[in-house]
Amino acid sequence: MASVETTRSGGDTGLPDLVLRGMTLGYLGWMVVLPIIALGFQSLVAGPQAFLDAVLDPQAVHALKLTVVTALVMVVINVVMGTATAWVLVRYEFPGKKVMNALIDLPFAVPTVVTGLMLVLLYGPSSVLGTILGTYGFSVIYSQPGIVLALLFVSYPFVIRSVQPVLLELDRAEEEAAATMGASGWLTFWRVTLPTLAPAIFTGAALSFGRALGEFGSVILVAGNQPMKTKTTPLYVFGEIESGNKQGAMAVSLVLLALSLGVLISLNLYQRRWSLEDGK
Amino acid sequence: MSIVVENLSKRFGTFQAVSDVSFEVPTGQLVALLGPSGSGKSTILRIIAGLEDPDTGRVSLTGEDATSVPVQRRGVGFVFQHYALFRHMTVRQNVAFGLEVRKKPKAEIEEKVERLLKLVQLHGYADRYPSQLSGGQRQRVALARSLAPEPKVLLLDEPFGALDARVRDELRAWLRRLHDEVHVTSLFVTHDQQEAFEVSDQVVVLNHGKVEQYGPPQQLYERPVSPFVAQFLGQVNVLPMKALWNPQAIDLKHIQEAFGSDVLNTEEAVYVRPHDLDIHREPNTRPCWRGRIERLTPLGGIVRIDLSINSDERLQIDLPRDQQLALSLVQGDDVFVSPRSFTPIGPPKQIPGDAAGTFYTI
Ligand SMILES: Nc1ncnc2c1ncn2[C@@H]1O[C@H](COP(=O)(O)OP(=O)(O)O)[C@@H](O)[C@H]1O
Repeated sequence: MASVETTRSGGDTGLPDLVLRGMTLGYLGWMVVLPIIALGFQSLVAGPQAFLDAVLDPQAVHALKLTVVTALVMVVINVVMGTATAWVLVRYEFPGKKVMNALIDLPFAVPTVVTGLMLVLLYGPSSVLGTILGTYGFSVIYSQPGIVLALLFVSYPFVIRSVQPVLLELDRAEEEAAATMGASGWLTFWRVTLPTLAPAIFTGAALSFGRALGEFGSVILVAGNQPMKTKTTPLYVFGEIESGNKQGAMAVSLVLLALSLGVLISLNLYQRRWSLEDGK
Repeated sequence: MSIVVENLSKRFGTFQAVSDVSFEVPTGQLVALLGPSGSGKSTILRIIAGLEDPDTGRVSLTGEDATSVPVQRRGVGFVFQHYALFRHMTVRQNVAFGLEVRKKPKAEIEEKVERLLKLVQLHGYADRYPSQLSGGQRQRVALARSLAPEPKVLLLDEPFGALDARVRDELRAWLRRLHDEVHVTSLFVTHDQQEAFEVSDQVVVLNHGKVEQYGPPQQLYERPVSPFVAQFLGQVNVLPMKALWNPQAIDLKHIQEAFGSDVLNTEEAVYVRPHDLDIHREPNTRPCWRGRIERLTPLGGIVRIDLSINSDERLQIDLPRDQQLALSLVQGDDVFVSPRSFTPIGPPKQIPGDAAGTFYTI
């Protein structure tokens, strides 16, 4: 997301201006910053040792790893398929294109618990598909592939919707120029088109990753909440609170939060660098 | 012949963008495709490049049929109106692209990129990104990039169309000099007749997807084959025959040759260039129109005189300043103007010789 710049230059120092500015700033602090400080403070107040112990608990480590790995797998698939989907939507004309375009955003409208339920119904042990997969030794529900499926569903639109507008705006002349110089379609895609799309793909990837880190509703139904197997970090945090281990919940939450912020910050830095290069 | 185009036609939906276009570009020449916007110039250029397929017709490049050769193997350089530089690559990387695609050795690429950047006077800019260059500089990079793989022919699609007037003038002159240096057969699209005249050896005039006329600029200007060409290439006046001043003494021989003996009753008119009109205070034996001076505009060495004939026909004359002074013309004067040469408009007439539609000398 590009940062929004002020449209009025400074000098608005009248009392109403100051009050308005102070109010919105205070609102941001109260709504966003304060809860973060609360978490940071409380999870560290018991000292670094307690924090480390909580984070290094084998179950916590497993949950964190599982969350990051499933999210990464999802991101890789999303980047490839999302870019391909955006490509098809922009570059081809075919019957049903409008319907397809409208369906893309559907996952955002589906409550995540419903998502989980749908996947269980489709792949669960008692379903037709689940039975067939089971006879070949694949289990989806209550195992890690199920988590990836749930994450793919909930983050489906991100890459598509960030790449599509950029692709639509793209000047075809650059690709044509490459072609006149002898570059094949594939080479042109790699060397000319993809670098132009890269920032948009990266944005989509980062947004999906961020979304996946916190995904709860769909995963809890699909994964079955088994410690050391399918318990992702949000499920772990929830479970620790339920069982009264507040320190464990807080410490792991802080790590999760740091990861999310890390993604957000790197996204911002990356975009800044890119826009410098592009001269915008 | 480096570019031969035969009977090209192209239709977009129901719109005939190009119909039955044929012309040839001799090796080493710089030829302009000139026509109003929408006349099919870009489409023809893109067909020659292989970026667009013709419905019918053939394209040959340096003697070989290229109609079904894919764009990658046609060996054309193409310069786009909006530069189409690779925005994430530096100037150096842009120019090197076509050479890397051809897997040239690294040393050769480096040496050639240097040389081309010198040629387009941008050797200090190799490590900049396109966004850090002005429009004129970008177009020069685009030119260097298109020349790098040593194309058989160079195609330029309104190369100066996106630049402001001053830069455009500079680049035109510069392109002409560059062409005299490099001698690559070039075809460039423009809708600006001055640009076509300044830069090119020959001009193809297009209208509604058809070739109207093909020839050196001077010939098009002096001997246009159609009213369209006459009007498109510079200022012309339309003078109605009916309004001819007609006392007995006037010699109508030449005009009657073109229009028949009943010339004074015809609805037809002639075209006359603003600098092909003489102005005098009294009628003589030459055919003339009578007009009143509405406005005098000094333009350096010449004076542009706006006249009205019959109070509703407008007429423009470019007169050398000393003549205007000699006649001491001022606004409101009644004068007589006679054409030194003219061309008839309207349905084609049986005109003696091969002079059909050309400007007549009186
Ligand atoms: N890809 C296309 N699809 C539909 N119409 C087109 C396409 N390309 C060009 N045209 C139409 O063909 C006509 C000629 O276009 P063009 O060759 O670009 O003309 P010019 O270069 O002389 O301005 C225009 O009316 C344009 O709208």
